[in-house]
Formats: sequence, structure tokens, C-alpha cells
Amino acid sequence: MVEQAMTVHGELWTVKELFVLPNEYIYWSIQIVMYPFMTGLVAGAFVLSSLYHVFGVKQLKEIARFSLVFSFALLPVAMMPLLLHLAQPLRGFHVMMTPHFTSAIAAFGIVFMTYACIVASELWFEYRKHFVLTTQALAAQPQKSSFDTLRMHFFKILTLGAMDISGEAIQKDHNAVKKLATLGIPVACFLHGYAGFIFGSVKANALWMTPLMPVIFICSAVVSGIALCILCYVLTMEIRKFMAKRQMSRWAKDKSAPSVEELQSAENQEIETASRFLLYFMIAALTLEILDLIFRGYTQVKSWDILREVILERDFTKIFIMQYAIGNALPFLLMVLPGRTVRRTTIATVLVIFGVFMMRWNVVIGGQAFSLSFAGFMHYHMPIWPTSWETFREGLFGALSVMATPFVIFWFLGKVLPPFLKDEEAH
Amino acid sequence: MKSTIFAIAGASVPLSALEFIDPKEVLAANPEIHWAFLINTYTCVGCGFCVKACKTENDVPFEANVSRTWVERYVYTKDDRRYIDSPKAAQDGFTDAKIDLGAHLGVKDIDPENVGKAFFVPKLCNHCAAPSCTQVCPVGATYKTDDGIVLVDRSWCIGCGYCVMACPFGARFFHPTHHVVDKCTFCYHRITKGLETACVNACPFGARKMCNIKDINDPITKIILNDRVGVLKDEFGTKPQAFYIGLASEVR
Amino acid sequence: MKSHVWRPLFVIIGIVAAILLFREFYVPDDFGSGEYGFMYSYHNKTNEDVWKNQPLKYRDTGKQKMHEYCAECHGDVVEIRTEDLHGIIPCENCHGPALDHPNEPEALVIVRDRGQCLRCHTLLPYTTSERKRIPGIDPAEHNVDEACVDCHDPHNPRLEDM
Repeated sequence: MVEQAMTVHGELWTVKELFVLPNEYIYWSIQIVMYPFMTGLVAGAFVLSSLYHVFGVKQLKEIARFSLVFSFALLPVAMMPLLLHLAQPLRGFHVMMTPHFTSAIAAFGIVFMTYACIVASELWFEYRKHFVLTTQALAAQPQKSSFDTLRMHFFKILTLGAMDISGEAIQKDHNAVKKLATLGIPVACFLHGYAGFIFGSVKANALWMTPLMPVIFICSAVVSGIALCILCYVLTMEIRKFMAKRQMSRWAKDKSAPSVEELQSAENQEIETASRFLLYFMIAALTLEILDLIFRGYTQVKSWDILREVILERDFTKIFIMQYAIGNALPFLLMVLPGRTVRRTTIATVLVIFGVFMMRWNVVIGGQAFSLSFAGFMHYHMPIWPTSWETFREGLFGALSVMATPFVIFWFLGKVLPPFLKDEEAH
Repeated sequence: MKSTIFAIAGASVPLSALEFIDPKEVLAANPEIHWAFLINTYTCVGCGFCVKACKTENDVPFEANVSRTWVERYVYTKDDRRYIDSPKAAQDGFTDAKIDLGAHLGVKDIDPENVGKAFFVPKLCNHCAAPSCTQVCPVGATYKTDDGIVLVDRSWCIGCGYCVMACPFGARFFHPTHHVVDKCTFCYHRITKGLETACVNACPFGARKMCNIKDINDPITKIILNDRVGVLKDEFGTKPQAFYIGLASEVR
Repeated sequence: MKSHVWRPLFVIIGIVAAILLFREFYVPDDFGSGEYGFMYSYHNKTNEDVWKNQPLKYRDTGKQKMHEYCAECHGDVVEIRTEDLHGIIPCENCHGPALDHPNEPEALVIVRDRGQCLRCHTLLPYTTSERKRIPGIDPAEHNVDEACVDCHDPHNPRLEDM
């Protein structure tokens, strides 16, 4: 029979070698790599913020507010890879309609909503004073443009009618933030822990199935979140210093704006402390990952033959060079060796984020690199140029749009929740 | 009383997932039908009529490289090499003595003198009694019916693919036209009308058989309960309800 | 609760209530668990009927029934089929699904190409399978450009009768 080939989902980017079952393809591709990566950043950013609010690590005050806003900007982006991946994205909300709680993915609906509510509430308490002051300032303006009127109403709504900014009311806000930050830590852990559970509980997949998976995911999530926040914080501070030096922007020209020296010293302190926590979590994440490998190599169960070939031969470069050497060992050295500078730390954070991304890749794609038959392999060829909706959404450009979106959102969000506020303006 | 005990004893062997307390309660709770499948790997010749019939009956396109059921060929050579293939899920049978090794490896020619053990293994969804696939569906789109068939609700499936990853047997796939998950349904629309499944019907050699494991008078039920039968990938604990005669330990 | 700290909570409760209300209308009433509990059989019960009502294609011409039904009109052909050779092959395997035949389709589309016969008759040297009992040829050597049915009668495959 001569037939025109009809491409099934997954066939486009899968090349099979030796014996692979007829229905096996790499179904969970780049977007499923992006999803835990993005939720990891969300969780990590939140934990960093909570280190200040809950544990009172004073040196993290500035970066704490920044990372909280960034965490909120990352939140809608966490949903993007899933919507792009689903074969029926318009039915995505079914997860909230009939959640089947024996499935880890069903937890997504509840945990995500809970986490979003906590972060949104915490931000509200953090910025309520700013909302009130902005509303009052706009109301006091004698001549308002229509845009100003719109802004005034918008900020009025955001205050939820709570206009009292006396010392007592602000103190209540403080306490609420602290309580929410405390509550948020286990929820953030859950948000990413369950992503690890999604993989760790799939007994059918020899690489994914391990009880360590949720813990590995949480630790590497925190690592990526802290690293990203340090990186963005440094970049933003550099921009602010640049503006202060050149007296650009309305903000910089204000008499009370911090000087370049003040900005510099603030930056050093924050990064010093954040880096310490980054190192702790890096050690934890790496320990668990190496432990998993050692156990597999030692116990040598049925899947060992094929896994050994995938881990130690086919994916050796991706795992040991890119993830462990460049993404873990090198930044570790950069941060631990004496004479650490902000610049060295920044390079280290970039490498760390790369390392965490490669970890997600090696788990998701690596787990599909071998067949259920243990007698064949599958190669993943990520679509590069988008020639169709399919090659866009499950290809490089889909991944890049997911990466870029939080920054776009963050820029807009910064207009409502400015990440850098002086004490008097916020709580 | 005696027949009740027989029925329960017979049913509890492959259905050990369910807990039995009171026989009357059991009969009241469980429906009278529980479907099971029997495959004889000695008899299968690899003609692939079953795959063709399944695709025709259930509208799975022939041009698509997926199938609800397939046949695997195992060839062991005397110099200790093992070759396995399933060209296009065996929808055209095995019309080449050469083994298909996949994309860039081409085909492998094997000297007939060198062939030691060689046989065919038909596979399909096992309709497990403790299916990990239905466990992981986030929206309740895939489920096990009271008479033991695992189905997918095409109007509710969101296409996340978690069930496809969770199936240890590779029975599930994305349907190229419906864009939701699809799999063997034991021809539910046929068996509930007293007909045979398309694959059982099409097999000229009787390698595929189906039965109601609760019916102790069914000859196939008797084979499953009395002869030495095996299941695939028993170690996962999903309790498959497709039984095999002549399953070699090397079968994946 | 005079304090303003509870206001975000009210907003959240409102959102949750809205979702639950929507759920009341959207989710079908018979969504629930079957015999196998929440873990294995949480579903919309109506879907079972959807699958039960899938249209049939094959008539179920398993050996015995085939002889009865097809023989009603095609008795001559059914008779010359020998029980132990091609008699074991259901008619529909080569003649296509015939559920409503002769109403729909009036004439069945018959598969006559080489590939159909080669399914069983490609010579495969497997002594540990029933395949060894089927006489076969090497498709690359035996009358390569011809259809099998040009020389062999599929209804009476005995070589003596060719």
C-alpha cells in the first residue's frame, strides 16, 4: 500500500534507533522542560523574598521586594508552557473543573491558585501605602488628564478601600506580610515539589522513578530562583547607577534619590548574603543528584544497562560537562574562591541558571531518550525555525517566548508595583 | 452456594486488586462481566491481519505511525544476538526476513542458519486492574469501566500526555485527527453487543482470544485460570488483564 | 472584622466562589467514580455509552459465522475453501468490512496485491513459531512483478489444483 505519511504528534522531532515501541515518541519536549524551569524560578524568587520577611535577614531587604514582584511576574508565565504544550489548550481549565487528585498535575490547579493568592496578597500589603499615596497624590492634582483619572481610579480599586496609612495600620500590614511570607514558603516548596513528584512518581519511566525527585527539584528550583534574582538585581542596579551618574530619568533627578556610592554599597551587601544562601542550596541539590546516580550505578536494576548507556555515553556531555561542570562546579568555585567580586558572582549566577536548565533538560528529555523496551533509543531534534504552529509551540521560538515574557510582564508590573521604593513610600 | 464460591475463587485470581469481604457483597458490588484477553505466542505467525482490522474498525489512519495494537518480532541468533522489530506496527505483516533497525541503521540481514529462537508477540492495551494511566489523568478523562475496560473520554481529554508517559506498555498515543489520547478499547462497541473484537475476529490462527473471566464455563477463562499463563511487565504492579501463553522472559 | 487585613481574603473567596459556580453549570452531573474507585474510575458516565455506540464495521465473520452468512449468496466459493488452509482466514480480511453488505457497500473492495499474501507467505526461517508450518517464498525472487492471484486461487490455494 502506498500511503502519504501523516505525521503524528511527536514524530516530527523524534528519531528512533533500534527497537522502540510503535507508539513511543518524545511527547514531553521543550515546553515540558520550560515548565519546571519557570515554576522553579517562581518558587526560588519567593523563597529569597521570604528569607528577609520571615527570617529577618536585613541585608536582603532591597532584593526581597524586588524578588517578590519578580515572582509575581513569573507566575502567569508558569502557565504558558503548559498551554502551549496541551493538545487541547482550550480545555486546560478542566483541571480546575474536575481535578483528579490522584494525579500530580491536578494539584497544579489548587497549588497554583493558592500560591498566586498568597503572592498577590503579600504584594498588596507591601504596596498598599504606595497605592494610597498615589491615589491621594492624583486626587490632589487640580488638572488631570483622562489618563491620570484612569490611573487614579485604578489605584483606588487596588487599595480595596483601605485608605488608612497611620502607623498602626502599616504595622498591621507588616505583620500580615510576615505571616503570608511564612505561609508561602511551604506553598512555594509544594508548587515545585509537586512538579518533581510528577516525574518521580511515574513508575513506567526508569530514569524518573525515584523518591528523591521532588526534593531534587525543590532544591534546584530555589537555586535557580535565587540565582535569577541576584542576576536581575545586579542588572537593575547597574541600570540605576548608570541613570544616577548621568542624571537621567525623573527618578534620578529627585533630590532624595540615592547616589551612585549609596547604590553600590547597598548592592554589595545584598548580594553577599544572597550568594551565601545560593551556595547552601547548591550543595543540597548537587548532593541529592549525585546520590541518585550513585544508587543507580550501585544497585544496577533491570534498567541499568540502558540507563548506563544514556547517562554515561550518549548524554555524557549534556550531563557531566554542561550540567555538572559548567553549571555547578564552575560557579561554585567562582563563588567560593577568595576575593569574590560582584562581577564574579554575576557570571556565576548565569552559569547556575544554565546548569539548572540543563538539569531539567536531562531529566525530561533524558527520560525519553530510551525506549520502554530497554532495547532502543530516541533522539530529540528540537524544531528550530517555526514553519508551522506545531514547530513554533514545541520548538526553540516557543521556548524563547516563554523565557522573554516574564521580563515584559515585569516591566509593566513595575509601573504599578515599583520594585525600588524608599521606606517611607512603602511599608 | 457452591457456584458462588467458584465464581469468587475464579474471579479473585486476576482481580486481586479488589478486596473481598462478604461473598454476597462482592456479587452485589461487582458486575457479572470482567473482560480478559488471551494471546498465544506459539500460534501467532505475524501476519498482521489483526492490526489491519483494528485500524479499519476503529478509524486509526493507516498513514499514521501509531496503532492501538501491534505485533513484535523477536529473533535470537545462535551467536547470542537479539533482534526485535515491529515495522509500521506490523500493519502489513512481516514481509521481509531482514530486521528493521530504525532510521539511520537500516535493515539487518540474518543468515537463516544462524536463527535460534524466533517468535511473534502481539501486544495491545492490557486493561490493567490497577492501571497507572487512569491514576495520573488530571481531569478524569481516562477511566476503567465497571466491566474492566479502560477508556478515554474524547470530549474531556486535555491532551497533556501524562497517561501516555505513565503506561509501562506503550499502549497509548495521540490520535492524529482527534488530537486527544487514543488506545485499544477491546472494541467495547462490539463486545457489548456479543460480537468479537476486530483483532480476535481477524486472526486466522486463533492467536488472540477474549473472554469474560467471571464466566467459569468459558473455555478461554478455563485456560487463563488453569494453564500456565504470564503477563507483561508484572513488576510494575498494574495487574494486566491480557494473558500470554508462551511468554519468554526476554519479551520486553 | 473591622481591620483592613481581611480584605484580600474576601477577594479570594469571591474568586473561588465564582469558579465553583461556573463549575456547577459546566461539569456534567454524572461525573463521578465507578466500581474501581476515585483513583481508577473517576469519569463522566455518559462517555461509556458514547463508546458503546461507536459504529461497527466488520460483520464478525469468524470461521463458523462466515460460512453461514457469506454462503447464503456465495455458496460456491465458500464451499471450495478448504477448512484447514485458507478456510481459516475470515472473508473480511481480504474482502473488507461487510457489516451491511450487500446494502452498503453493494460491492466490496477486494485486496488483491502481493503484500496481502506476503503477510503469511514470505518465507521466514523461524522454527520455534507456527510460521514454520506456512509454505513461503522469497518476495524478492518469486515472480517479482506479478500479483499472486494471477496464478494462485486464493479460495483454493492447493498447489495441485492450480
